[in-house]
Amino acid sequence: MIEPVILWTDALIFLLVLLIAGFALYARRKEHLRAPWQEIARSRVGMGALVVLSVYVAIGLLDSLHYRPQVAQEGQAETAEVLSLFDKLVTPLRVRQEKTYSAPLATHQYAKENIELADGSMVRDYPRLKHAGAHLENPQEEWLQDILWLIAKGLVEGLIFWLLCSALLIYWSARRSDGSFRQKFAAIRRSDTTLPWKSLLFTSGVLTLVGFVAAELSLHYHLLGTDKVGEDVLYQALKSIRTGLVIGTLTTMVMLPAAILLGIMAGYFRGWVDDVIQYTYTTLNSIPGVLLIAAAILMMQIYMSNHEEEFTSLTQRADLRLLFLCMILGVTSWTGLCRLLRGETFKLRELEYVQASLAFGVGHFKIIGRHILPNVLHIVLITLVLDFSGLVLAEAVLSYVNIGVDPTMNSWGNMINGARLEMAREPIVWWSLAAALVFMFTLVLAANLFSDVVRDAFDPRLRTTR
Amino acid sequence: MTDPLLKIENLQTQLGDEQDPVRVVDGLDLAIHRGETFALLGESGCGKSMTALSMMRLLPPSGRVVEGDIEFGGTDLLWLSEQEMRQVRGGRMGMIFQEPMTSLNPVLKIGDQIAEAVRLHDRLRGSRVTKRVLELLDSVGIPDPVRRAREYPHQLSGGMKQRVMIAMALAGRPELLIADEPTTALDVTIQAQVLNLLKDLQRDSGMAVLLITHDLGIVAETADRLAVMYAGQIVETSDVSTFFQGPKHPYSRKLFESLPDSNKRDEKLAVIKGFVPSLKQQFTGCRFLQRCEESGDRCSREVPEWRQLNRRQGVRCLLYAEKPLVSKAKQDPQTTLHRTRKTSADPLLSVIDLKVHFPIHKGVLRRVVGHVRAVDGVDLQIPKGHTLALVGESGCGKTTVGKAILQLLKPTAGSARFEGDELTRLRGAALRKRRADMQIIFQDPMSSMNPRMLVGDIIAEGMQAQKMGTKPQQAWRVNQLLQQVGLSEEAAGRYPHEFSGGQRQRICVARALAVQPKLIICDEPTSALDVSVQAQILNLLKELQHELDLSYLFITHNISVVSYLADEVAVMYLGRIVEQGRVESVLNSPAHPYTQALLSAVPVPDPDHQRDVIRLEGDMPSPANPPTGCHFHPRCPQASEQCRQAYPPQAELSRGQRVSCWLHTVGQ
Repeated sequence: MIEPVILWTDALIFLLVLLIAGFALYARRKEHLRAPWQEIARSRVGMGALVVLSVYVAIGLLDSLHYRPQVAQEGQAETAEVLSLFDKLVTPLRVRQEKTYSAPLATHQYAKENIELADGSMVRDYPRLKHAGAHLENPQEEWLQDILWLIAKGLVEGLIFWLLCSALLIYWSARRSDGSFRQKFAAIRRSDTTLPWKSLLFTSGVLTLVGFVAAELSLHYHLLGTDKVGEDVLYQALKSIRTGLVIGTLTTMVMLPAAILLGIMAGYFRGWVDDVIQYTYTTLNSIPGVLLIAAAILMMQIYMSNHEEEFTSLTQRADLRLLFLCMILGVTSWTGLCRLLRGETFKLRELEYVQASLAFGVGHFKIIGRHILPNVLHIVLITLVLDFSGLVLAEAVLSYVNIGVDPTMNSWGNMINGARLEMAREPIVWWSLAAALVFMFTLVLAANLFSDVVRDAFDPRLRTTR
Repeated sequence: MTDPLLKIENLQTQLGDEQDPVRVVDGLDLAIHRGETFALLGESGCGKSMTALSMMRLLPPSGRVVEGDIEFGGTDLLWLSEQEMRQVRGGRMGMIFQEPMTSLNPVLKIGDQIAEAVRLHDRLRGSRVTKRVLELLDSVGIPDPVRRAREYPHQLSGGMKQRVMIAMALAGRPELLIADEPTTALDVTIQAQVLNLLKDLQRDSGMAVLLITHDLGIVAETADRLAVMYAGQIVETSDVSTFFQGPKHPYSRKLFESLPDSNKRDEKLAVIKGFVPSLKQQFTGCRFLQRCEESGDRCSREVPEWRQLNRRQGVRCLLYAEKPLVSKAKQDPQTTLHRTRKTSADPLLSVIDLKVHFPIHKGVLRRVVGHVRAVDGVDLQIPKGHTLALVGESGCGKTTVGKAILQLLKPTAGSARFEGDELTRLRGAALRKRRADMQIIFQDPMSSMNPRMLVGDIIAEGMQAQKMGTKPQQAWRVNQLLQQVGLSEEAAGRYPHEFSGGQRQRICVARALAVQPKLIICDEPTSALDVSVQAQILNLLKELQHELDLSYLFITHNISVVSYLADEVAVMYLGRIVEQGRVESVLNSPAHPYTQALLSAVPVPDPDHQRDVIRLEGDMPSPANPPTGCHFHPRCPQASEQCRQAYPPQAELSRGQRVSCWLHTVGQ
């Protein structure tokens, strides 16, 4: 028996998924919304970035389905541990803990220790790792061969899997358009399709190969090494994906209603309404954001330590802190969008179709809903996508100065923070930092590329042909 | 004649995709001689500007010249390197653009901008540059050039900026000046100044001018020869006097007939049906075929060749036969509008002493430091079924009057009575209900419809707001309205961007009619449209007035439209009406010096017409700080001491013509 646990952020993430699905259904019927998305679908860079993003999102979503494993024995106290579906899938990564640091793909620990030999004598040497490379008799000789063999195995498996999936996908797509597999394949080779199939298949191919090789290696080694307490760094980096995504998306969701409502109201009604809203955000903007966040997080910490009984598990506690961080980041970041919307509404309300509706006696809120909001939606969308990567990076910076997410929570910021001191060690421990950077860099780069494409598609000024 | 200065042969310019190009210029031949003004005439989108840009080799990145020769004073421009071309551009060949506001760099002083051009082409240094700059500014008639050279573009008015642009173009002592719609963005009195300047400069320096325009009046006044362009080709060339006696190509004729004027008051204007064909296709017949009323079988099968009629005139038409210019419209009895107008005594709308002042805020506490008196005491009456035209230059407050009457802007003072109801005091539901009786049509048909809404929803919006009928009734009415304005019913299910400018303006008319208004305020409804399309809209408005007994307040700066459409006219200057009365009397015997100047500045499409343009000096003062006394006295050629002292009272002349001018109150 397992007992599902729905954390606050989980609920909000799935609400967001529902909203996006709803918006997609709505946009399907509206030509002006559908057209730019079709343009995005035609862009090679956009679709490549989207494949990378969707891998991240898939991991993030899997990591958001939480449950509490029931312990078999009766009478034992319930474990406070909450696991996610993703944890279950990568159990080997999660449970195979070493004692302390070990380098990527190493078979021996990173630091020397006193080892008691079979004959009882003590030797100071690098001990063998408990899990990594445990299957090797003589690591010094067999190691390289084993690694190469595992890589080759992963590549072959990945290639087969990718070919199968691609063939199935092409077959399905050919069936849908009432063509034969051969025709579709030829069209893809000639790049004669609306979707950029080549880039889609190429990106997913690269990702599949990387994924399979990584999986093969991780089954027998620690692909990215282990950290101070012997936890697998790859596992940490993967778990951090959810944190990054939550910060990037929920923050904007928190700030969105306020920004849209206040921005449009300020621009539309002007006068004292505008003054009040403008002064509010100018004031808010002039408070240093980091200070505000630090103050709020500290207050939250004090509240938590005073009311420990309210939190049944560590995960829950960390989750609430994450949500709080999203909210406080949202509060400090809505002003930019609000200002943009105010300016655009200023311009729109002077446009003649708004004047014409006024002359018909149409009510103000109807005008806002019918004429203003649909015409500023592209700005909202562009801002959301552009903000995303900034927020992911902000999380890393905040965690680095210890006012970010809970220290027990996996996040790239925490990983960097943890690795900070080890940079001074000789020999240097570089893998935690590198892993966090590579994962974050990939996500932010993909998001940035995608947002460029989104902006180009939605920005009316950049549209050359109608 | 000797060798032409500029000779273009078989120029072909394409835009966009190489496989599927837009042939914006398709086989153009042209010759311009030294010292002449050559006008390139045509509607928007027929390739006039692209021709000019091809000559300057300044085409947009997607454009290219695929064939042809451009010979300019002995060199073929298309074979020059980019470096050599730069010497030609701005040196031997200058160009001025339509929009003076965006052609100058706002962060550089005027003098510096001109000096840049001077340095490039004259290789002068130090004080000699300054001297040359001042010389240039002086030559384009800018008073006090020393001070002006140190000012920034925003400190100059539109007309001044265009003069500066001309000065920059003159810096390289060009042999050919290309003027791309140089006065379209300017008011009519300023336009007269600029055209005059161009003429003087040409006389003094002997340069040739290529004038690109859509205005037949400007052509008649300034050009020596002209070419009519249609769909990327020249369809007729001629010298101006021959052309205005009898254009040969059906398109040129139609352009003439569609011009509104007072002689055509009781008839429909000729329209050119349809619109310019897509230039993506390969033509197998005449390009004008679909829109031509005289086309025969041959026209669809044969591409018309160029035909040189005599030394001065040529035409590209298979049916060029030199029959006299007969207008079909005049012979066709069905197209005349017999107007039986009942003159009702009580006005539908009467506006008394309407004022709209906008406060000017300054400082942190946003204290009011003054007012922009956009409208400063306006009296108007519009009887039922009549058209009152409100005429004036831009910035005189015409549009503000319209918006204040509709209560889209709160008037500061004064009253506006509509059927006895005081509009300024209506609030909430009562005002909302009254809104159905008054509607507005805007200038720009692009921005007056929400691009995200279907045409059907746009038209039905007013009915929904006024709660008129059920949904099916509204849908039925939308269809009926679309037919009424000459569109098909399918239009309701499409988006505004799928329509051309004229069609969009029809949709706007339909939207206004949807709530069955009694008064429609037309705010320059045709000034963004081509002449032939303007004729369609004017016809439509006239028909609708006839059918539905509508009243119009027609806000415009176009005098020929006024003379065609209006019953009464009010001339506005700086927030006040200076003269009003019946159209015939005001236009034929204007009493106020401003009206006289305004009317004399309008170019007339008749080269033999001799007129003395009353040149107004300077520009309209700011309404934030109007001159003391009569607002017009700083620019008035007949101003006296009295005019500087006090604002003149309104004087009643004969036949209901009222004027506010001391010249006409002396006798009383």
